[in-house]
Amino acid sequence: MKPPERVYFFGTCLIDMLYPKAGLAGMQLLRQAGIKVIYPKDQTCCGQPAFNSGYRDEALSVARSLIKCFPQNIPVVVPSGSCAGMIKQHWAELFADQVDAEAAAEIASRTYELTQFLVDVLDLKLKDLGKPVKIAVHTSCSARREMGVAEHIESLLGQLDAVELVQQERKAECCGFGGTFAIKQADISGAMVQDKTTSLRATGAERVISQDCGCLMNIGGAFDKQAQDKGKGPVTQHIAEFLWERTHASN
Amino acid sequence: MHQTEAFHQRIDKALHNEQARTSFRSTMSGLMQKRAAQFPDNDELQALRDQARAIRAHALTRQPELLEQLEQKLTANGIRVHWAETAQQANEIIYQILHAADAKTLVKGKSMVSEETELNHYLEQRNIEVLESDLGEFIIQLAHEPPSHIVAPAIHKNVKQVAELFHQFFPELGYTENIDELTLLARQILRDKFANADAGISGVNFAVAETGTLCLVENEGNGRLSTTAPRLHIAITGIEKVVAKLSDIPPLLNILTKSATGQPITTYFNMISRPRQPDEKDGPQAVHLVLLDNQRSSIRMDEELLDTLRCIRCGACINHCPVYVQVGGHAYGTVYPGPIGCVLEPQRLGLEKTGILTSACTMCGACAEVCPVRIPLPKLINRLRAESVNAARSEAHINGKGSLRKLTESQAWAIWRLLYASPRNYRLFRWFATRLRGLTPTRLGAWTRYRSSIKPAPRSLQELAQQEGFDHE
Ligand code: SF4
Ligand code: SF4
Repeated sequence: MKPPERVYFFGTCLIDMLYPKAGLAGMQLLRQAGIKVIYPKDQTCCGQPAFNSGYRDEALSVARSLIKCFPQNIPVVVPSGSCAGMIKQHWAELFADQVDAEAAAEIASRTYELTQFLVDVLDLKLKDLGKPVKIAVHTSCSARREMGVAEHIESLLGQLDAVELVQQERKAECCGFGGTFAIKQADISGAMVQDKTTSLRATGAERVISQDCGCLMNIGGAFDKQAQDKGKGPVTQHIAEFLWERTHASN
Repeated sequence: MHQTEAFHQRIDKALHNEQARTSFRSTMSGLMQKRAAQFPDNDELQALRDQARAIRAHALTRQPELLEQLEQKLTANGIRVHWAETAQQANEIIYQILHAADAKTLVKGKSMVSEETELNHYLEQRNIEVLESDLGEFIIQLAHEPPSHIVAPAIHKNVKQVAELFHQFFPELGYTENIDELTLLARQILRDKFANADAGISGVNFAVAETGTLCLVENEGNGRLSTTAPRLHIAITGIEKVVAKLSDIPPLLNILTKSATGQPITTYFNMISRPRQPDEKDGPQAVHLVLLDNQRSSIRMDEELLDTLRCIRCGACINHCPVYVQVGGHAYGTVYPGPIGCVLEPQRLGLEKTGILTSACTMCGACAEVCPVRIPLPKLINRLRAESVNAARSEAHINGKGSLRKLTESQAWAIWRLLYASPRNYRLFRWFATRLRGLTPTRLGAWTRYRSSIKPAPRSLQELAQQEGFDHE
């Protein structure tokens, strides 16, 4: 695919309110690559939280309002494996038999997770300007299994000369976030994030990088909570922010 | 007690059982590694999964005629076929057969369907002595516990606990913590029983309609003994186990053993086709097959949930589930635990009884990734969540539809819809949330038990994008 001139950016509800810098960095990376980035101002959420909780009618109303934000036939780039996965893998089921099923499918067909877009469409080349740093990657389950972009994040990081990537034990295991799972099954979720943070700490990584802010909220929040007993954990950071920081001279 | 509360109590207990959790973690890691080693070539694995899925899907589509054919073939081969609609009926049928044959002692090969019907309990109440002959099943029978895994029923126990259990029941045999010696001890105890049992009971992995063959996969030889040593053999299985042709077996068997225990093939593979013939020296004089429905027919009616029935009970989904590894099988409180349990049990027993199991899932997809017959487990869990809170949107006949709908929760989602389905409301909500971030509670109940609290950023991405000169259309 030839790189498009323009793309839509779907920042996701989580990033919009909690991690806006990650979203902004994603947009800046795209802009730096010569692409005009459009941020539709009516965007809210893909419907995933309600869909995963069984509240499909509510999910549908919300997803429906998002559809209206991307009318032109240009790619929709999403800085989240799980939201991109929702659109690409689950909208078909959510919109089944609805009048706008076709519109939903059409948008899904031009939706990309950010690292997927950077690698597969832009073939982005990076030049590392940062100091040596040791990092670990946590690929979200949806990035890994629904979007198939576990290799994409690592290939981008692999271009950064001063970045050393270390591997944690049981890398492919879920961090225990799972949206409302973290509330409904709080103790299981707590046990899972405990295991995840333990294996990440054991690597000695200074930072943990991910394509998904849901996982980072979970893992980073747990590092914070454990700080008193176990000391400060690695800094958690979205891949877009990390790439922008490493390749941007002013940082 | 309400199912939700009871589930949380079991989870709490499981999470506090450090010993069992250590066992689960190490056994599951081992099984995952062994499975992975059996499939070095991913393309081959995916092709094999496609094939296995197609065989099982095909069998389910043709199930009624295949079952008829199976009955004809088995009957022609001299195997008596019985149909049971419910667990109770299956137990009654088995008891009647035993009673008619004056059978008082019983050895059993491993059978999850008999767990489903609680057969042991039923028979013991009627003064029939039942002995589980699978080592794992034998251990939990001694301990009076249900299985914690469908393939490895006693993995919640460590060697020391098994040693103590054996010593308690068979003090004359001496105490040992050596696994080989323990296996040998069990073997001694069991061999005696095999020689004298009146009847053997087993499960079935695949029932071949074309030839009327009952296939039994096992590792200890106890399945073979249970089905050949006593004079009477009764097999029990679910109706969905039927497959069309004998040539369906090699690919299914291949992917089953590799997925289950990471073995290229099990030590024993039994094909049972008839009782002992006049010129034969061993084998049971009579063989019966009990085919149990127990809600399977109604699961089969739903186009999507039908996929549940493709399951060949390999346990791979369980081995790979990050929730199961934390809590183990007993926490689920049902016969089938883990991903397949979260899908099957709420359908089998009704959402009003076990629908809450669907909450024990992060939707990580690890189970579906390994399922040899490609059952989309998280997708089905999601569907059942929807059925349990929102009866409105499907016409499926699932017991307990809408039974987990709670006012507080549905109201919360209604508010969420109000905010997120309307860009105007959302903007307003976001403005307040970011401006009043100082008021965000620092304790958010369940979330902050294990993590720091969440705080909105001072400016939203929408605002930052505007500041940085990005267009909005
Ligand atoms: S998707 Fe759910 S059931 Fe399947 S492995 Fe992940 S947590 Fe377990
Ligand atoms: S659902 Fe799939 S992985 Fe799980 S036991 Fe059944 S066949 Fe095996």
